[in-house]
Amino acid sequence: MKVSLSILLFFLCLSSSVRTQAQYYDTPKEHDCLKCHSQQTYSFHNELMGTDDKKLMNPYYIIDTLGLREGVHKQFDCTDCHSYDYTTYPHNANLKLEPLATCLDCHGGDESFASYQFDKIQEEFQKSVHYQAYGDNFTCAKCHSQHTYTATARNSNSILEIVDYSNKMCLSCHNDMRRYGLVSGQENPALIDVHSWLPNQELHFKHVRCIECHTAVEDDLMVSHNIRAKEEAVRRCAECHSENSLLKASLYKYQNLQERAEDGSIIGVLSNENYVIGSHQIPILRTISLLIFFAALGGIIIHGIFRIIYKK
Amino acid sequence: MNSTEDKIYFYPVWLRIWHGINALGIILLIVTGITMNSGFEKGLIEFGLNMKLHNFAGAIVSLNYLVFLLGNLVTSNKKFYIVKPRNFLKRPMKQAYYYAWGMFHGMQTPYPLSEKRKFNPLQKYAYIMVMYFAVPLVIVSGIGLMFPELIFNQVYDISGVLITAVTHSAMGFFISIFLIIHLYVASIGKSPLDNFRSIVNGWHHITKK
Repeated sequence: MKVSLSILLFFLCLSSSVRTQAQYYDTPKEHDCLKCHSQQTYSFHNELMGTDDKKLMNPYYIIDTLGLREGVHKQFDCTDCHSYDYTTYPHNANLKLEPLATCLDCHGGDESFASYQFDKIQEEFQKSVHYQAYGDNFTCAKCHSQHTYTATARNSNSILEIVDYSNKMCLSCHNDMRRYGLVSGQENPALIDVHSWLPNQELHFKHVRCIECHTAVEDDLMVSHNIRAKEEAVRRCAECHSENSLLKASLYKYQNLQERAEDGSIIGVLSNENYVIGSHQIPILRTISLLIFFAALGGIIIHGIFRIIYKK
Repeated sequence: MNSTEDKIYFYPVWLRIWHGINALGIILLIVTGITMNSGFEKGLIEFGLNMKLHNFAGAIVSLNYLVFLLGNLVTSNKKFYIVKPRNFLKRPMKQAYYYAWGMFHGMQTPYPLSEKRKFNPLQKYAYIMVMYFAVPLVIVSGIGLMFPELIFNQVYDISGVLITAVTHSAMGFFISIFLIIHLYVASIGKSPLDNFRSIVNGWHHITKK
């Protein structure tokens, strides 16, 4: 009887602890941290003046509670990463100066996260302009909010969603003067203007990730983290629009039919200015054609010289 | 030179007109085709115009090809393209040997031209390859590129447009090589310019035995 009671108690404890973990952030108003950090204001007792004060919350310290419940770290409590001393309120001001745990403190060298290649990401990231400009101060969290991050590129089936999620990471600073200034110390360039050379800009922005043109691609890394200087970004249309012949083929057909729809007369069809590169897009064929050309030319020159010598 | 017996009227008027249009058209196609294939944006002529010229010249040369087919169908000119199975390889080899060695060592041409033989074997084979293989392929693939909805979507993983474009430019390339050799071999005659005069006035000098 005693044994069965203790087993029952054990399972009761286990189930309650599992339930608590899964529902950490379900009711923010009851959560020790979120009851302030999900609100615009906070209150505290001012011991110096003996008054109850109400102040505005720093907007950067307001947590997106919906995102938090969807994020990859939803099973962790705040003090798993932040200092346990934050449980005292009002917080000790010096806590801000303590270093936070970095991503690699948990994810580095751990076999269970091997498929995410955190160490390789770190290595690539350290070559990027972000690291060169801001050093270790440019933490992973600058792009990947630990509070709300989801592995969208791995889990989503929608290209549009993946593109949107990825680009919002860039835009969180590159489209925000204050956050951009924190790292670069200067005003952020107007993205629409600096990309004005790009045809169909809006479509490109919706369907292509910024990193597609702005990183050095590493074949063995799912998402390249080596973000390069703007001078090294892809600017040639052909890099995307010719090497993938299927993309090019569909573009060619599309443009050709569009033009014919506008003018279907014989003159219109013949005046179509679309073209597609033939054998020159295949390097081996280009080499072979040059060899044949020079062989023919060489043969003719040698034969011609003999004809001159023999006066034939 | 003055006697008529060493000259043969090889090239009737229809054939000379066909040849003239074909020659100019193909030279234009080669120049504009190379520009497109190599992506020279700043050529002799503006890029858009370059493509229009290529399309128009292609249409004219294609229609002209029908003249060639029809002309050969209704006249006796077709007999010059008939290949005899006997010594199928030996005959052109003999002609090649003559060009490479024999003509410099006093050898007589092995296949002298006559009313019955307008082309030597090597020439015949080259013309057949160009006129009945490369040119039809370049025309068909050209029509495909002009009307890409006609092209099959893909073969295995390779797009139909790519296959058509590569066929088109590869055949165009072989026709260009043919043209270079054709022009050079044409200079081997009574005098270097004699054969060029022949294709204009129709009369060809033949070598007396």
